Amino acid sequence: MERIPILRIGTLLLVTIQVDLYDDLALRLQDDLSNRIAELEATGVLIDISGLEIVDSFIGRTLANIAAIARVLDAETVVVGMQPAVAITLVELGMSLPGIRTALNVDLGMEYLRQAATGENGVGTDHYAE
Amino acid sequence: MVKLLKMMRENQERLLTDWLNGLKAIAQRRDLISDVEVREQARKILTLISNPPPDTVLEDFSSEGWQTVRDQLMAISISRVAHGSSPSETAQFLFSLKPPMFKLIREQLTTTPDELFREIDVTNNFIDAMALHIAESYIESRDKVIARQQEEMLELSTPVVTLWDGILALPVIGTLDSTRAQMVMESLLQAIVQTNSRFAILDITGVPTVDTLVAQHLLKTITAARLMGAECILSGIRPQIAQTIVHLGINLNDIVTRSKLADAFRLALDRSGRTVTQKPGNHTPVTAPAAGVS
Repeated sequence: MERIPILRIGTLLLVTIQVDLYDDLALRLQDDLSNRIAELEATGVLIDISGLEIVDSFIGRTLANIAAIARVLDAETVVVGMQPAVAITLVELGMSLPGIRTALNVDLGMEYLRQAATGENGVGTDHYAE
Repeated sequence: MVKLLKMMRENQERLLTDWLNGLKAIAQRRDLISDVEVREQARKILTLISNPPPDTVLEDFSSEGWQTVRDQLMAISISRVAHGSSPSETAQFLFSLKPPMFKLIREQLTTTPDELFREIDVTNNFIDAMALHIAESYIESRDKVIARQQEEMLELSTPVVTLWDGILALPVIGTLDSTRAQMVMESLLQAIVQTNSRFAILDITGVPTVDTLVAQHLLKTITAARLMGAECILSGIRPQIAQTIVHLGINLNDIVTRSKLADAFRLALDRSGRTVTQKPGNHTPVTAPAAGVS
């Protein structure tokens, strides 16, 4: 059975989606990820979707669900590397994914999660000093 | 029928001279197109009509055999569009072939009135069909010119500029319709990926009006940029536009807005951990009033 690998980096989990995400695979990923977060007491989840070229509303909702589940389990989720076409599709579908944090690439996402973990939540967040 | 074409072949030079004289009499804008060019075009048309492939009849202009004539008419219409002739002038070019043709038929076909009338009728319809075709080609080539210009304008009007390492700006100029909004969105997102920029400033100083549709397009662009991990700042909102936005009840609460591009740029610098300071002792020179001039 095809699965999406989940890598552990310190207290973070890294998921790289390189194949087209079909419904079963997305649900399995959601399942695996929630188990791993609980098992490893992860503080952050990084989902790299730079290889993802096709999305539908179900995939969008699954991403939102993963972020919500992670938050319940006390981990922050960052979705990184979304392609322009994917972003346009999601917006046209009316899914702005308000609960999900995004970053341009894995580097920036990782930086954000590290800072979030150490409490100096200052990078790209909603509150900042002007 | 065959007789008519044979007649045309034999009298081609005369027809051409009569036709050109007729054209000269009605021409209003002699400066647009040279006599030599008109003569060449007329000669080609006459030659093509009087030497059609076998089994091609004058009654059916849409048949396969007249393809060469249609192509030639298309070429003429393209050159007319380029020269700036009007559609009626272009059609006149063919209509003025009628009098010489009728004259020729009347002179040479003296058999029966019936035959004379039939040949005139056929010639008349054929020239009408050609004129319709050239008018249509004229519009077609003009549409092509318009479409190309529109495309060029679209490309011109959506430049994405890099203000700083990681800070992009897109000054939107002109009204945002759906096509342009799509172009703006695509070029901005593409630039975000290419330059790896975390901040994008959408400046709408050049947008004359903002209605609900334009606002929706802007919101979509900003949301898409956020999904990719870049932050969008909306700037250049003029006071009247701010009023319109509020009166229309458009919700811009989730969007960072600034009134000037400079403010948006300062905010982006600030958020990326940079500050702009003035060097000590290096003040902007104050222009002193010129001495000695009263």
